[in-house]
Amino acid sequence: MAQSHASDAAHHDDHHDQPATGIKRWLFATNHKDIGTMYLVFSLIMFFIGGAMAMLIRAELFQPGLQLMQPEFFNQLTTNHALVMIFGAVMPAFVGLANWMVPLQVGAPDMALPRMNNFSFWILPFAFTLLLGTFFVPGGAAAGGWTLYPPLSLQTGDSFPMLIFAIHMMGISSIMGAINVIVTIMNMRAPGMTLLKMPLFAWSWLITAYLLIAVMPVLAGSVTMLLTDHFFKTSFFNAAGGGDPIMFEHIFWFFGHPEVYIMILPAFGIISEILPTFSRKPLFGATSMIYAIASIAFLSFIVWGHHMFADGMPVAAQLFYMMSTMLIAVPTGVKVFNWTATMWRGSLSFEPPMLFAIAFLFLFSIGGFSGLMLAIVPADFQYNQTYFVVAHFHYVLVPGAIFGIMAGVYYWLPKWTGHMYSMALAKTHFWLSAIFINVLFFPQHFLGLAGMPRRIPDYAVQFTDWNMVSSIGGFAFGLSQVLFAIVIVQCIRGGKKASAKVWEGTNPTGLEWTLPSPAPYHSFSTAPEIH
Amino acid sequence: MSVIRGDHDDSTSRPRAIAWARALCLATLGWAAQAEANTSDGYNLPVGVTSLSRDIYTLHMEVFWICVAIAVAVFGVMIYALVKFRHSQGAIPDTTLVHSTKVEIIWTIIPVAILVVMAIPAAKVILMMEDTRNSELSIRVTGYQWKWEYQYMDAGEGIDFFSTLSRDSNYARQLHSGIDPNTVPNYLLDVDKPMVIPSGTKVRLLLTSQDVIHAWWVPDFGAKRSAVPGFVNELWFKVDPGKEGIYRGQCTSLCGRDHGFMPVVVDVRTPDDFKKWVDEQKAASKQAAAQGEQPPPTALVLSK
Repeated sequence: MAQSHASDAAHHDDHHDQPATGIKRWLFATNHKDIGTMYLVFSLIMFFIGGAMAMLIRAELFQPGLQLMQPEFFNQLTTNHALVMIFGAVMPAFVGLANWMVPLQVGAPDMALPRMNNFSFWILPFAFTLLLGTFFVPGGAAAGGWTLYPPLSLQTGDSFPMLIFAIHMMGISSIMGAINVIVTIMNMRAPGMTLLKMPLFAWSWLITAYLLIAVMPVLAGSVTMLLTDHFFKTSFFNAAGGGDPIMFEHIFWFFGHPEVYIMILPAFGIISEILPTFSRKPLFGATSMIYAIASIAFLSFIVWGHHMFADGMPVAAQLFYMMSTMLIAVPTGVKVFNWTATMWRGSLSFEPPMLFAIAFLFLFSIGGFSGLMLAIVPADFQYNQTYFVVAHFHYVLVPGAIFGIMAGVYYWLPKWTGHMYSMALAKTHFWLSAIFINVLFFPQHFLGLAGMPRRIPDYAVQFTDWNMVSSIGGFAFGLSQVLFAIVIVQCIRGGKKASAKVWEGTNPTGLEWTLPSPAPYHSFSTAPEIH
Repeated sequence: MSVIRGDHDDSTSRPRAIAWARALCLATLGWAAQAEANTSDGYNLPVGVTSLSRDIYTLHMEVFWICVAIAVAVFGVMIYALVKFRHSQGAIPDTTLVHSTKVEIIWTIIPVAILVVMAIPAAKVILMMEDTRNSELSIRVTGYQWKWEYQYMDAGEGIDFFSTLSRDSNYARQLHSGIDPNTVPNYLLDVDKPMVIPSGTKVRLLLTSQDVIHAWWVPDFGAKRSAVPGFVNELWFKVDPGKEGIYRGQCTSLCGRDHGFMPVVVDVRTPDDFKKWVDEQKAASKQAAAQGEQPPPTALVLSK
């Protein structure tokens, strides 16, 4: 198929060599680079909206007592902060990176299904307009937590059907994005690029895409059952009608745990691209890295029960989920060791993408350690639903997923824009982020162990000190992200010309570095030959 | 510095700066394990006052130290690589170092062994936690938005009351109340009527809910379990004799608007004092029934 596309390309080139002008370029976009850009910009906007919610949360938690908002509004903020960050910021950012980089890395002229690509992006602004619109309807936005546990979620007011419909749209968008990635990788690799020769980022996305297709329909099913319980008097989860609220948790986390890995596997791929470049040395154990990602993806389907230990579970199930969860540490460990071995006897330089990748290594590992502690069932009974859990999942999601995304953006931005960005500003952004992320989240381990439950708008006075530290870290981290936006805008507007290799003095591998910077609007119209 | 069990000394009286410095110091130096107090010291789990809470604390510290050891080893190698193999210092990359089946097998097998070492003691504690047989006192705990109901069985048969956030905390926690929470004793961790249990007795709780999912938690007992409508979850604890006192916790499962305002308070008394309390409660309810002040719940239902 790659061959036939290559020969077709000659005919197409003459009439849309240049992008359309004005709004049409974006509304009717079918070019993977344009759609990738839209995904990334959308994700950045959502990152700031979700971040603003987080700042309000941290402001209310700065000291005990309620100063700024009613508890209902606080609960709306925590619920929607999670939904916006997961479905609006992290996932679209990875899809945007996949749109830009997968065709460039596998030597394809575009994504396999460009019109579906357009559709899967343009659903998102509508989905999030609907979701954020729930703040303005009677009863306010959903306040039952992003996990939507019934019966609490069924108490949501007028925003309930809007929430469910928004989630359905996000799910459809994700599934279409995933299909596109799989079809592109399976059918449009350049001749000679066998699967095992494929770059790690493309590999991590291939596996992620299968996870998405497997679990997004499960989420859609579970929220549809909520919808019918709410409006059509079914009793899937209503105990009084013979239903089972715990069943929802099982279905939700069967989606939810793979979802967690959907948000981290592409970051693994990005880190596996960046570390070799700036270590000037190939990735250590590339094949075992692929197997490790695949094992993590498989294990993600059999560990969901660890979210529910305290909700009542037979002993055998507790033992099973404890062991299966602990097993995840093995392939994850292999990845961390391989990354370390990649740096070993290398020649390391510390450009912004490398700085973020190194911070990822350390801080994601800390999130991994607390994850291992959480797997120990008896201890989990103490940690469950406390700030220890909040600290854990923010360590894997912020310095994990989000630092991974930022590393990727700083790595490929010159390839996209054709300009180098301000290294000084990007490094400042890195240091501020890396320091304040720890001020923000590390004290939350102490809060949780000392007994502070999560999702509370007010707390007993002994938790004041660490909450103040955490809030100060939160404001500083949030403000530091403005630098990220400044670096990107400056880089789009101009700057020193970037060469094809961008990172002079290193030897980045991958087809994307054979193209000039910026990458031409149509690339690999003739498939490259891989030897 | 007592955290959940706030009755014996007042953590807020200690100058904040000292508490910060101490916690930061202990945290960075990894001395957390030395803080062997019954209650949490503000940055670690409480050792607690039951055999389960002690077992959990031990497991928690074991796994914590294993993680610290792994972190020291792995981060040590990373930091060494970051310092030693710098391009700016003229490091020459060894591009042949790309694969080694031997080390890859080693660093797969060693973690598996470590995990087995962690899993065996954890499994033992799980089996003990789930063994609710031979309990001496059972209490049915029902969650409501936003209070707890305690219905006693066995020796306390007939005792049935609600436990709600104390009035002082409730005034202070209103938006713009103008009351400084630091002036309210046990802010958000105090109730009008605590659950009373005897020490040295295996107490079994039967948890359920009337509306949404709640969770009952007292950190010092190592006891947390969800209260789910339509289900009865069990948990047990046995407070060590000599550890009588007030123990505090909170609902830990998001249950709506006032989730943050439904504390759990347990008053642990000696078996003799507990018996006295039971007799008082029974006498009081008999008197109330005689005066017709408190019609039994069934009469309410029938009269509708």
